[in-house]
Amino acid sequence: MSNYDQMWKELGLDLPNHEGLLKFLGEAYQGIYLTQKNRPAGMGYFDFVISEVHGLRIKEIVDARKAGKKGIGTFCVYVPEELVLAANGIYIGLCAGAEVGTPQAEQYLPRNTCALIKAFFGFKLANLCPYGEVTDLIVGETTCDGKKKAYEAFNDITGKMHIMDLPNTKSAEGRKLWRAEVARLKDKLEELTGVKITPEKLAEATKIVNDKRRALQRLAALRAADPTPISGLDALLINQIAFYDDPIRFTDMLNKLCDELDGRVKEKVGVVPAGAPRVLVSGSPMAIPNWKLHHLLETSGAAVVGEESCVGARNYRALTPEKFAGLDDALDKIAERYLTIDCACFTPNDERIENIVKMRDELKVDGIVHYALQFCTLYTSESFKVAKELKEFPFLRVETDYTMEDAGQLKTRIEAFLEMVRNRRK
Amino acid sequence: MPHIGLDIGSRNIKLAVMEAGKIATLKKEESGFDPLERCRNLLASCPVGPITATGYGRHLVEKTFSCGTVSEISAFARGALFFDPSVRTVIDVGGQDSKAIRVDGAGRVMAFEMNDKCAAGTGKFLEIMARALEMTIDEFGDRGHRNESRVRISSLCTVFAESEVISLIGRGADRRSIAYALHEMAAERASSLVSRVGVAPTVMLAGGCARNPLFTALLAEKLARPLVVGEFPEFAGAIGAALVE
Repeated sequence: MSNYDQMWKELGLDLPNHEGLLKFLGEAYQGIYLTQKNRPAGMGYFDFVISEVHGLRIKEIVDARKAGKKGIGTFCVYVPEELVLAANGIYIGLCAGAEVGTPQAEQYLPRNTCALIKAFFGFKLANLCPYGEVTDLIVGETTCDGKKKAYEAFNDITGKMHIMDLPNTKSAEGRKLWRAEVARLKDKLEELTGVKITPEKLAEATKIVNDKRRALQRLAALRAADPTPISGLDALLINQIAFYDDPIRFTDMLNKLCDELDGRVKEKVGVVPAGAPRVLVSGSPMAIPNWKLHHLLETSGAAVVGEESCVGARNYRALTPEKFAGLDDALDKIAERYLTIDCACFTPNDERIENIVKMRDELKVDGIVHYALQFCTLYTSESFKVAKELKEFPFLRVETDYTMEDAGQLKTRIEAFLEMVRNRRK
Repeated sequence: MPHIGLDIGSRNIKLAVMEAGKIATLKKEESGFDPLERCRNLLASCPVGPITATGYGRHLVEKTFSCGTVSEISAFARGALFFDPSVRTVIDVGGQDSKAIRVDGAGRVMAFEMNDKCAAGTGKFLEIMARALEMTIDEFGDRGHRNESRVRISSLCTVFAESEVISLIGRGADRRSIAYALHEMAAERASSLVSRVGVAPTVMLAGGCARNPLFTALLAEKLARPLVVGEFPEFAGAIGAALVE
């Protein structure tokens, strides 16, 4: 890696600890990713992106900001990327998937807060996240109680928060509220960037975001092949990188990878032996570098073939219409698109069960692992409903955090689950 | 040819030698800090045959003995059916974990639940509580205990439950009532785990805690049916491992 010390210093990072973090990440990546066999050559780009996760991409954003662009941080797939791009902003996912700065985070948050919330706090307070430092605005949303309260404290620290009020239901009133919130974000972005958001700009931005979604959909569809041409770990990584890479370059590189995977599917080249149990992971988001469950599953002999998750299908399932009859129409359509997302924060949320069943059938899944971050009331609660609706279909409920202290117990459960799946197929 | 099942648990290592579908030998040793050495000792006097390891230490011995492995869940399901083919729900309360398994007539696992990383309500929990009450395990699990002081333990966590016990002692509650309340808590925990997988007409209790009469009685009461306890409940995993193909 070239020397970014000066840049990191200017961003206020804690250099010695940051070096330790990068070393740890590098080792984890080596152990989890680079030891996988028969990876597609096209993963080279994504390996490179990870090796430069706090380097080149940050430098790009720093340079773009010097040229007048604004960095917009987000934590959730409900924040319309179309608006950010139309305002000439850079969309940066800030969710964190590693246990960092927990003691500092616990000065603001109760211990029984989910790992994802603690991690974005921890990264900020420990001065270890350059992404937070290159944002001019951070857009939060009212998707759960933990986040709502955390954002209040986060605003005291950063002074950068803008909160979108996401309704609890998809009623007519809820839709009206959300439409108004989308308009309010548009105003906020215009005020911040000085860029007037026009229907033309929105159409252009929508095309970019849709192209990214189409590429992710293409990747998802390729995983329906048996044997699957790409590991679940690699596909998860791509879905994680989708939240902070340059969207046009990302789409281009992902399509190139998918071309390669097309060839693999034709030649029946896979990453796991044919007949490996095919698993769908469903539930809470897995922010980068949270690779724990996929790693445990795939080193136990499973092939993860889909993520029913925000870092996964919830992010790319729906496209936004690309033709707008004016600004109001554009905002209507964008607001409507985001309300098709089936997060457990909505009540009722029956679409999610339908989507799980659809993914199960399309991806020829043998078993579903329901993943909930510990203390995530929403997904933990929905896991019971999902289990009930799936009846006798092989189902494993996992509730965990970012630490490895339960890796042994999880491995036992995963192995038992895969034995069960194999025996049930007989 | 004999088949050997090795169940390397958190507290004890159990070995079963099965020949022609019958138990030939059963042996048990404490796991200690060097379970691999203990396994070597146990195997030293065994006939030669294929070995299948289960329990949390299964991957530890996998290479050394070039043996197959199977999860505890599959092993207990198979082992339970060896004792009683009509069993469809299996509960195993072991040293540091507990699991509930629903099994079909062919020994296939249909669903299972395991406790999370915490050891609440398991054998280790009961052991620590017995020590806090200065009782032997046999005294502690005596079926004759009654909750005359009407005490209730509400903490699932071993550490908190222990301080609850200490404060109950401080308030003058009698030991037998406290012992009863602790067993009641553990039984409630196990019964909630079982109800998640479904309670079949024939339920087997396996694992070391099946040797505890009070726990067994209270769990049967909560599940409203008698529990089948095999002759060697703590060996169900080792026997199952030996029988798994």
